[in-house]
Amino acid sequence: MDKILVFAETKNNEFKSSAFEALTTGYFLAGKLKSEFAVLSVSNADDTHLKSLGKFGAKDVFHVSLDELNSMSGKSDIKYSHSAFASVISNFAKANGYGIIIISGTSFGKEIAPSIAVKTGFSVVTDIVDLSGIESKTVRRPSYAGKCYTQVKINTDNFILTIRPNVFKASENPTESVIHKLEAGKLNISGNDFKSYVSEVVVSSGKLDVAEADIIVSGGRGLRGPEHFHLVEELAGVLGAATGASRAVVDAGWRPHGEQVGQTGKTVSPSLYVACGISGAIQHLAGMSSSKYIVAINKDKDAPIFQVADYGIVGDVFEILPALTNEIMKIKS
Amino acid sequence: MKIAVCVSIVPDSTTKVKIAPTGNEIDDTGVTYIINPYDEFAVEEAVQLKEMNGGEVTVISYGQDKSKEAIKKAYQMGADKGILIKSSAKHFDSNTVAGNLANVLKELSPDIILFGKQSIDFDGSIVPNMTAEILGYPSVNVVTKLEINGNEALAEREIEGGKEVVKISLPAIIGAQKGLNNPRYPNLKSIMASKSKPVEERQPAQESNNTEITEMKLPEAKGKGKIFTNGASDVPELVRLLREEAKII
Repeated sequence: MDKILVFAETKNNEFKSSAFEALTTGYFLAGKLKSEFAVLSVSNADDTHLKSLGKFGAKDVFHVSLDELNSMSGKSDIKYSHSAFASVISNFAKANGYGIIIISGTSFGKEIAPSIAVKTGFSVVTDIVDLSGIESKTVRRPSYAGKCYTQVKINTDNFILTIRPNVFKASENPTESVIHKLEAGKLNISGNDFKSYVSEVVVSSGKLDVAEADIIVSGGRGLRGPEHFHLVEELAGVLGAATGASRAVVDAGWRPHGEQVGQTGKTVSPSLYVACGISGAIQHLAGMSSSKYIVAINKDKDAPIFQVADYGIVGDVFEILPALTNEIMKIKS
Repeated sequence: MKIAVCVSIVPDSTTKVKIAPTGNEIDDTGVTYIINPYDEFAVEEAVQLKEMNGGEVTVISYGQDKSKEAIKKAYQMGADKGILIKSSAKHFDSNTVAGNLANVLKELSPDIILFGKQSIDFDGSIVPNMTAEILGYPSVNVVTKLEINGNEALAEREIEGGKEVVKISLPAIIGAQKGLNNPRYPNLKSIMASKSKPVEERQPAQESNNTEITEMKLPEAKGKGKIFTNGASDVPELVRLLREEAKII
């Protein structure tokens, strides 16, 4: 069976938790397919960080310096280029006999996976949530924002998988890792790899994103106006949660579109999803019903949201939300 | 300015998905098909670019005959020409879609190509960047802001907890995310005019099955939840359950 390459994503030179999930997946696949896996990092991560990947079973850690790669662009304001990352991964995989590439389905992973597929000639399946059928090259992914699941059969020898964050839990399989430094200049990178590049990364001030959060508190039309969303934010605050929103309130301009959960927003699967004043339109349920636990608060006992809820209170969000925030604050203190 | 937009047709987001007896597709009965919602942002951006810079907007779709509806919707919003690469296949992999779109796009050689960031049926978010890579064009997906300056563009791309500012040289492919603009509502006159406007049909140049759907399944139904009906006085019990039963807080 072909060797497996895991791309480990970094943020500010540290590995993201999704990278550990990807590594754990690589370890699992190597076992199942009786193959081996290695890790590739394109970053300015130091050797201590690179070495730490051994904790997740990575014996061989290949490293390309991001500074060195960027220096080939001739751009003074470059932070990184997705396209150059795609070329590094593709060229390395092809030159060294890797036939399976695992990438986290983060916004970065989703941006580079299709390019890598073309560059390598591998097929690509995104957003995988189940790999138990991998021996027969069958994988499972959600479709229609989670309204249904699709079994996809891969008909090519070589393939790329992006795995959905928060689904494959990282687990430690400690081993001693060896770091292999690769020279960016020897990876066939050209000027074409910098026809687009990121010149700036803007972080929204201290806000946790629904796509990454372990707990989400979402508000809907039941809040009656943008001025009442502090109730949602306060509960999110005590829970350490991200704030989400229904499509109705985003379309009404009450909340930014980045918070929208649902079929035309983000599909999320946190450990806990608290829906406040959200009736549960089909397109919203699609985006959040794979959450581990769902709590619904709504004044209409017949609201569809109660059909997917593990726990719920029928009642007024304006009374229940402050009471809930207080109660949780009490137990946390 | 030569502008192209690639669109597709999808079941309306209010569709309650049922699986067809074949087991690997959805049951079409009673399903309303619409233009993919993200494609509306792409069409709107294309029409705005035309209004600012002059030029022409060509819409391209790969798929079955019903995909013409997506092209007609783009006509209503101000697109000028439409091409349907007509396939009889029910399933097609991203490779097939991107390959066929790239074929037509190569011939058109637009200055800029817009897509919706993903279609809301299979949610692959593969086709825009794959098409770009086949053409050798740069691409940016999930774009919430776009500014064109001559042969260059500045795009803002949504990422987890923030955004990236991306510099990109044209020709390029841009994948539209909600927030890029507010798609216009077509007026009656443009709706009427779109009915008689022709759509050019082409044959697919390639069809592959690198990947295929073997089975579709609905998620397992959840057991009945614990729903309380006494309002705020139920809060302590709810919190107790979240702590002791679910062990989640």
